[in-house]
Amino acid sequence: MNAPNTSGWKPEMTAADGMHSGPATTTGNRALMLEEPLLFEIGRTDVTGVDLPAVDASAPTRLGGLARSNAIGLVGLTEPETVRHYTRLSRQNYGIDLGFFPLGSCTMKHNPRLNEKVARLPGFADIHPLAPQNAVQGALEVISQLGEWLCKLTGMPAVAMSPKAGAHGELCGILAIRAAHEARGDAREVVLVPESAHGTNPATAAFANYRVEDIPATPEGRVDVAALKARLGPDVAAVMITNPNTCGLFEKDFREIADAVHAAGGYVYCDGANFNAIVGRVRPGDLGVDAMHINLHKTFSTPHGGGGPGSGPVVFSEALAPFAPLPFVRQDEGGTFYLVEEENRAERGPSFGRMTAFHGQMGMFTRALTYMLSHGADGLKQVAEDAVLNANYILRSMEDILHAPFAASGPCMHEALFGDKDFTEGLTTLDVAKGLIDEGYHPMTVYFPLVVHGAMLVEPTETESKAAIDQFITAFRAVVERALAGDQGLKQAPYYAPRRRLDETAAARKPKLAFEG
Amino acid sequence: MRYLPLTDTDRQAMLAKIGAASVDDLFVDVPEVARLDGPIRGLPMHAGEMAVERHMKSLAAKNLVAGDVPFFLGAGAYRHHVPASVDTIIQRGEFLTAYTPYQPEIAQGTLQMLFEFQTQVARLYGCAVANASLYDGSTACWEAVAMATRVTRRKRAVLSGALHPHYASVVKTMAHFTGDEIADAQPAIQPEPDLDGLIARIDEETACVVVQYPDILGRISDLTPVAEAAHAKGALLVVVNTEPVALGAIKSPGEMGADIVVGEGQSLGVGLQFGGPYLGLFAVRDAKHVRQMPGRLCGETVDAEGKRGFVLTLSTREQHIRREKATSNICTNSGLCALAFSVHMTLLGERGLRELAAENHRLACLAADRLAKVPGVEVLNTAFFNEFTLMLGGKPARQIVRDLADRGVLGGVSLGRLYPGVEALEHALLVAVTETTTEEDIEALARELETSIKETV
Repeated sequence: MNAPNTSGWKPEMTAADGMHSGPATTTGNRALMLEEPLLFEIGRTDVTGVDLPAVDASAPTRLGGLARSNAIGLVGLTEPETVRHYTRLSRQNYGIDLGFFPLGSCTMKHNPRLNEKVARLPGFADIHPLAPQNAVQGALEVISQLGEWLCKLTGMPAVAMSPKAGAHGELCGILAIRAAHEARGDAREVVLVPESAHGTNPATAAFANYRVEDIPATPEGRVDVAALKARLGPDVAAVMITNPNTCGLFEKDFREIADAVHAAGGYVYCDGANFNAIVGRVRPGDLGVDAMHINLHKTFSTPHGGGGPGSGPVVFSEALAPFAPLPFVRQDEGGTFYLVEEENRAERGPSFGRMTAFHGQMGMFTRALTYMLSHGADGLKQVAEDAVLNANYILRSMEDILHAPFAASGPCMHEALFGDKDFTEGLTTLDVAKGLIDEGYHPMTVYFPLVVHGAMLVEPTETESKAAIDQFITAFRAVVERALAGDQGLKQAPYYAPRRRLDETAAARKPKLAFEG
Repeated sequence: MRYLPLTDTDRQAMLAKIGAASVDDLFVDVPEVARLDGPIRGLPMHAGEMAVERHMKSLAAKNLVAGDVPFFLGAGAYRHHVPASVDTIIQRGEFLTAYTPYQPEIAQGTLQMLFEFQTQVARLYGCAVANASLYDGSTACWEAVAMATRVTRRKRAVLSGALHPHYASVVKTMAHFTGDEIADAQPAIQPEPDLDGLIARIDEETACVVVQYPDILGRISDLTPVAEAAHAKGALLVVVNTEPVALGAIKSPGEMGADIVVGEGQSLGVGLQFGGPYLGLFAVRDAKHVRQMPGRLCGETVDAEGKRGFVLTLSTREQHIRREKATSNICTNSGLCALAFSVHMTLLGERGLRELAAENHRLACLAADRLAKVPGVEVLNTAFFNEFTLMLGGKPARQIVRDLADRGVLGGVSLGRLYPGVEALEHALLVAVTETTTEEDIEALARELETSIKETV
């Protein structure tokens, strides 16, 4: 994978616009790069790819006079056409399977195929969420076992399994905090969030009706502890801190911050998006965390699927555990698993209620548990160490030519952060990202975190070989050197992707969000 | 450790480049109090594929598989046949292992698929614009209420009593924290929904009225009068659909005047999966509301050479740009489930969806007629699509469901489970029938139900 190009061949760039030359084709295709029309341009209303009995118009119905009389406007394809349509579309996508995907804060690690196989076992895939509980004991046991792993890995006593993704987990944590304050009649209004936080943090706090205030960062890229302590008071409900933070650094004063927040009557929410840096090596429970979501689709290898589904279980401290959402799984003395739902009045205690219809992302639970069992406690520790090692290796291989604002702050964790300060002649981080596309890479996260100008956040993960990382460094350095030299050709990159730069302004000015015709 | 490519030699070479003596040097910023002396205790060590698979299979074997028995559960999650090609397509690594399409030049596959998906959902719902998915139907339902409060600048939502109780719970949980007022109710056990009663609850303070279609008891009725009444008071009509296949047979919510249509898309492509991941669908009838929508939107544009292409757009609504002023905090949604839905819908097409819907309804009618002949059983609904409510003549439905499971029949969802402690609903059983149901299954349910009712006090 990603073996260095030993042949030395490179595409020539001879034409005036920088495109490699060659005759135009009749179809617009270029060999394996195949254009694909929209479904609605090739599908037909009378074609289907499934064999079902024809509609018997004379059959009696009990639709209460609401039978559809007009056309829906859908089109169909036969199975061979369907497979080809989506196969062609898939080839216009970049995925981890294809190459290095160092998207910072997203933990694009290899998705093991055993996980996929296990999730598809009929005993997991073909069971109904409302089946009688004695008929789904294995499913409830999966939830219970995964929860136990998460508690042990984080050193926390309780876990809520139902949140559907990271941001939903954040909401779960913040609602538990609000419920805990309400339970003691304490109407706090403010949540403190560092400037470097993911956008979901302030959005979540605002959704829960909190006022959001920024916490400043120190020049070395960490939370300004003095400023934070000065702001604490009886109106502060919680702080939301990402650790390791989005500048790629471990918040070494986290325990001190947590103690101060607790002393002021607040709670500590930790954004667990970056848990991959410390999984199996550091337990957030030892740092004074009250609530933390875990992205199973990051740290625990469930696939991102082009934007989900995710899964965001939340671990809780003793203080917040009673407020965790419904439903949750318990085991009785006889060993039988059961769900605590609305009806279990005594057991549900002060739970803040239900966040989603059923019990969480079962399909992600089976994958994540499979992954944990594969790695074990020793393997997960190695995961964190290799992820951090790879990131530091990239940091130290780039810092001589690329502005690394926090390189002097010590080792980074699992991601390395750079900025575009030294680029010349109008070249930007975006140009470097698009240049990397031509080199065969998915770009790093760009323009995040907001605290660094033209931020480039590189997260290699642990599932890359040294050869793959070395090749990336070579390519990254080459593109950065072009940006430092003010190479205007970079402004038109990518040249070799299925599309050149797309006009996002036009898309937003006159939104076209569905096929018309 | 088969997922870790670095060798010890690699690690040493990399540490040397970094200038660190050992990997511990990279964790120096971890405070003393949180340092561990080795792997976390109380957890197993790494294991090979065979051992892991054996463990997971032993857990799977403890579940009663829906496809192995006569199966009639619904209530927001339906068992449909998913064509084999759906799963092979969603397992292509370019779809499976891609991220949210932030770099559109190398994500046109996902983006074009989302554009097609949005079009399919909008047309199915009779709407102008659909988004690129939310987590599931229940969270989509809350997002619709939240959006209605933004659009109308009012804080009160009226929920139909026949809205899925879990959906109502989610809305109430969220509203408690946002300070919105939720007027909810319980379903009245009667053959047709009480729309007049619902209309009477709409007032000038109402942001939206939320109605499920088909409703939690499987009933269907024309919602046009509710739309008119809501609009007359300046409120929006939110229609919730938990069974998209129904819309191949019955009028779309948009046609009846719904302003926001949300639903669960699990029926197509996704499967049961014990409740997740599922697929939240979200659409608006009038494109003027698009800037208040939650979640990702994919739009058409052109590239620098004038070629058509697709991008995520109107992201100034979203958390990564607007932070605390975003329309929702959602980030990751249900992209791969949207793909599964879209592939299944493509295989069906207009013709296949209508045929699928007709087949569901035909079998449901057959089942209703047969079950009505079981002594002590009555079918409540006047109208239904593929799910209806059985009244069990005063017998406790929960107990009967458990008893049926012991007899190898998953016979339905008892309303007592969905509405614990509500006596009036304890004797009602929800029965769902799909194209996967056979006439033998129906016969088995009728037979076992008759025995179970006889033997249950």
